[in-house]
Amino acid sequence: MKTELMSANYAAARSVISARVEVVAAYPITPATTVPEQIALLNEDGFYTGQFIRVESEHSAIFACIGASSTGARAFTATSSNGLLLMDEGLHWAAAARLPIVINNINRSVSPSWNIHVTHDDSYSKRDTGWIQFYVSSVDELYHTIIQSFKLAEDERVLMPVMINSDGFVLSHTLSSFDYLEPEEVDKFLPPYSPPHWVMDPANPVSHGNIVFPEYYQEFRYMMHEGTKNALKVYEEVEKDYKHLFGKYFGGPIDCYKCDDAEVVFTSQGSIAAEAKDAIDELRDEGYKVGNARVRMIRPFPVDKIRELGSRVKGFASFDRGVSYGFGGPVANDIRASMYHTKHRPMIKSYIGGLGGRDMTVTDIKEVILDTFKAVESGELGPEETWHDLME
Amino acid sequence: MPKTSYSKPTIGATGETGSWRTFDPVVDYDECNRCRTCWLHCPEAVISLDEDGTPHTDYDYCKGCGICAQVCPKQCIEMVRTDERKRRTGEV
Repeated sequence: MKTELMSANYAAARSVISARVEVVAAYPITPATTVPEQIALLNEDGFYTGQFIRVESEHSAIFACIGASSTGARAFTATSSNGLLLMDEGLHWAAAARLPIVINNINRSVSPSWNIHVTHDDSYSKRDTGWIQFYVSSVDELYHTIIQSFKLAEDERVLMPVMINSDGFVLSHTLSSFDYLEPEEVDKFLPPYSPPHWVMDPANPVSHGNIVFPEYYQEFRYMMHEGTKNALKVYEEVEKDYKHLFGKYFGGPIDCYKCDDAEVVFTSQGSIAAEAKDAIDELRDEGYKVGNARVRMIRPFPVDKIRELGSRVKGFASFDRGVSYGFGGPVANDIRASMYHTKHRPMIKSYIGGLGGRDMTVTDIKEVILDTFKAVESGELGPEETWHDLME
Repeated sequence: MPKTSYSKPTIGATGETGSWRTFDPVVDYDECNRCRTCWLHCPEAVISLDEDGTPHTDYDYCKGCGICAQVCPKQCIEMVRTDERKRRTGEV
C-alpha cells in the first residue's frame, strides 16, 4: 500500500488495475471522461493489461461490458448523467442476466438545463434497475469501494451489478490522498471471477435471454430481489475481510458519526455527507445532540439500520441532492417507509437542495438541522418537504 | 431454477413456435431448381434438404416470416394461409 495524490477519477482508473479488471468499455462524457482517458493511458503504458474497448456510445459501452461479463471476464465502465441514461436498457439487462459488472457513475445533473455539476437525479432514476448503489464521500473511499464492489457483485449469493456514485467535480476533479494497493496485494482479497452459472463459451453453446413465458418470469425477478437484498449481509463480510487485510473501513451501508446519543440525525449521500461532519461538530459545540448518518448504500436500502436509528432519535433531517418529481426526496421517503411498520415515530423531515452543483456549505447544513430541531421541539412537523435555499 | 434464463441448443427449446404463423411457405417442386437459397437464408434453420437439395420446411417451428419466398430466385415459394395449405394437402 502506498499513498498517492489524485482526483477521484484518476483513482477510479487505478482501481481498475488493482482489481485486475479484464475489460473496460467506455465513452467519454464530462465529468466522467478522465476515468476512461486515464485507463486508456495506463493501457498504452502497459499498467492496465486488460482490453480497453473504444465504443461509439454509452449504450454500446454497457452492452460491451455485458458481452465481456457473459464470457466470465471482469468488466468495468464509467459514465455520467445522460450517458448513464443512454445505458438504461443495458442496466436492466445486466441485472437480470446476473452479471457482476461495476460502474462508476460520476453524478452530474440531467439536461435540460445544461449543467455538468452534481445532482443525484441521474443515479436516483436508476434505483429500480436492480443495481446495488453506493454513494461515496472521498477519493480514498471511491478507490476502495470499487475494489470491494467486485467482491460483492461476484458473490454467488448476490450476483448483481454495482454502481458506485461519486459527485461530479467535487470529487471527480478534486485531488486528495488515497492509499493505492498493488494488484498482488488485492489478489489476497479478490480471486479471479468464475461465473457460477451460465457462461458464453463457443465450446459449450447456450442461448441466453431467450423467451420465458408467464409461468416462470416472476421467479427470475424474485431471485434478483433476493440477490440484491443479500448484498447487505454479504457486504458486511466483504468489509470485515477488507478491514482485516488492508485496515480500511468506511462504515457499512450507513456510516454513523456521533449518533449514539443524538436526538436529531442528519442523513445525506455523497460529498455533502462528509461536509456535514463539520456542521455536526459545530452544533455539538453549541450544545445540540446531533449526529451524522452518511447513507452509503441506497439499494438495497439498509432498513434495519434505519429502524435501529429511528428507535432512538426524535427526528431525521434527511437531505436529498435529487428529487422524485411529484413525491420529494427519494431517500427521505425510504426512511419514512422503513419506519412505518415499527412503533417508533420520529419526525422525518425531507430537504431537497444542492441541485445543479449549488454549494452546500457547513452553514447551509446547520440551517437544515436547526430547522428539524425547531420542529422536534415544537412538536409541529411543518412542511413535509423543504427546498433549501430556493429563490422566491 | 437457474438464476437467469438460458437454454442448451435443442429443437423446440421454447415450444412449438410454428403456432405463431399466419402464412405458410409452399414450394412448387416442379419449378424448384434445388439451389438451396431458401435453406441458406432461413433465420430459424427450419428448412432441411434432401441429398439432391430438395427443401422441406418444418411447420412445427417455421414462424412464417416469408424470407424464403422473398429470396427464391425462381419465385416458386408461395406464402399461403395455414388453413388454405392444410385444405390443399387434405389435412383439414
